[in-house]
Amino acid sequence: MTTRIGVEVSIAVADAVKLANPDVVAAYPITPQTHIVEHLAELVANGELDAEYIPVESEHSAMSACLGSAAAGARTFTATSSQGLALMNEVVYVASSMRLPIIMSVANRALSSPLSIWCDHSDMMSVRDTGWIQIITENGQQAVDNTICAFRIGEDRRVLLPVMVHLDGFNLTHVIEPIIFPGQEEVDRFLPPNNYPLPLNPDRPVAMGDFAPPAIFTEAKWAQEVNIRNSMKPILEVWDEFNRIFGRQYAPVEKYHSDGARVILMTMGSVSETASVAVDELRGAGQEVGQVRLRLWRPFPFDALRRAVSGADVLIVMDRAISLGGPGGPVASEVKAALYNLPEKPRVVSFVAGLGGRDITVTDFKNIIKRGVEIAAGGSPNEYEIYGVRE
Amino acid sequence: MAKSEHELTWKDLEIGCIVTDPGSARQYESGTWRSQRPTYDFKKCIKCGLCALNCPEGCIGPNKEGHFEADMFYCKGCGVCSRECPTRVITMAEEEE
Repeated sequence: MTTRIGVEVSIAVADAVKLANPDVVAAYPITPQTHIVEHLAELVANGELDAEYIPVESEHSAMSACLGSAAAGARTFTATSSQGLALMNEVVYVASSMRLPIIMSVANRALSSPLSIWCDHSDMMSVRDTGWIQIITENGQQAVDNTICAFRIGEDRRVLLPVMVHLDGFNLTHVIEPIIFPGQEEVDRFLPPNNYPLPLNPDRPVAMGDFAPPAIFTEAKWAQEVNIRNSMKPILEVWDEFNRIFGRQYAPVEKYHSDGARVILMTMGSVSETASVAVDELRGAGQEVGQVRLRLWRPFPFDALRRAVSGADVLIVMDRAISLGGPGGPVASEVKAALYNLPEKPRVVSFVAGLGGRDITVTDFKNIIKRGVEIAAGGSPNEYEIYGVRE
Repeated sequence: MAKSEHELTWKDLEIGCIVTDPGSARQYESGTWRSQRPTYDFKKCIKCGLCALNCPEGCIGPNKEGHFEADMFYCKGCGVCSRECPTRVITMAEEEE
């Protein structure tokens, strides 16, 4: 059968991109995304990947080059992180509004200042409303699998949207993990050639990203909203087909001993596996604790979330970002919004932890669960608690 | 675009609001943005066309008599023509007057 190979996750992601056979890679290096684009540049330079590698002068240019490439109907990949994602922000919006299926790895890293090169999810939250499909991965295998799935999802005729695949900076990008690589023939079968319906073509001229007067803009935005909401079904279908071929199943909300649990911990990203160990240990000690992991950030899986947490008393949501001056954890805020109008719902408790690369250990998760249950029982004057801050 | 911009529904739009019809922007009635409009004393007009050359909108051309006049469907009332006219044909008037 397929063998597992020990490889750095960034290199594995680049190799997954190679399996998808892109036509264009336009990227600017930034820690901790660097190894992904470095390896892709190497593959192109060595003749192992037949693609145009565009070494641009900034992330703003990277995404702009990707717009042109995808508009011409080319399969297009880029990768960035943190400040790089912030710098390309305006073009990130344009990619989704123009419905261009660009695939981007985001090596999640804190936003300055103070300067931090380490992991948290503030960069991911800065692009929350850009209209991209956003998949969150928690280990190398998931990053590899979902990089391949992202091309299939984004280029699906019913979708035609750019897709971000998030992987935690350093915690994933710089660790060596055992990875099963799908075979090239299987990937070719799974991923048909890109066939963008209205590409730039001198024989059939079109205008893209055009001016829209007030009489059109609302219609344009609603069309975009309906489209990303309706992308849920194709996303699920692609994940199901991936499972049929490759034997690994993904879902928008993934459950771990959460059915029937009184207390559920919700996580996303690389800390999820650490959290699972804490859940195992607490269950071993007789506590009815379970876990749900958010795999899909946009479109937000309202129904899957409501089903996954129905019946629980307490839902503890762990965020790796702060909405400053707002409700605290951005994921917790979304979860509360999703549950608020239900007649019966768990009490949602919001924690922020793991900012700027701060480790969250098994013991930390046990403490968070214990404190979360206390807050749910006794209430708290605060919208959220920040875990582990020194007073 | 068969329908006008005010009749199009969100379902009528191409993916990503892509425009497949060349020159469709000329259907946009951008003259409604105007707060002033040019008025003319054509007796003074020497048909030099300086107003048309300077019009940032490119909406001025000769009328039946050969006098240069703005197309009010597009004219934004900027007043450049009035400023540039060597014989003072054009006076800007408030739109509500």
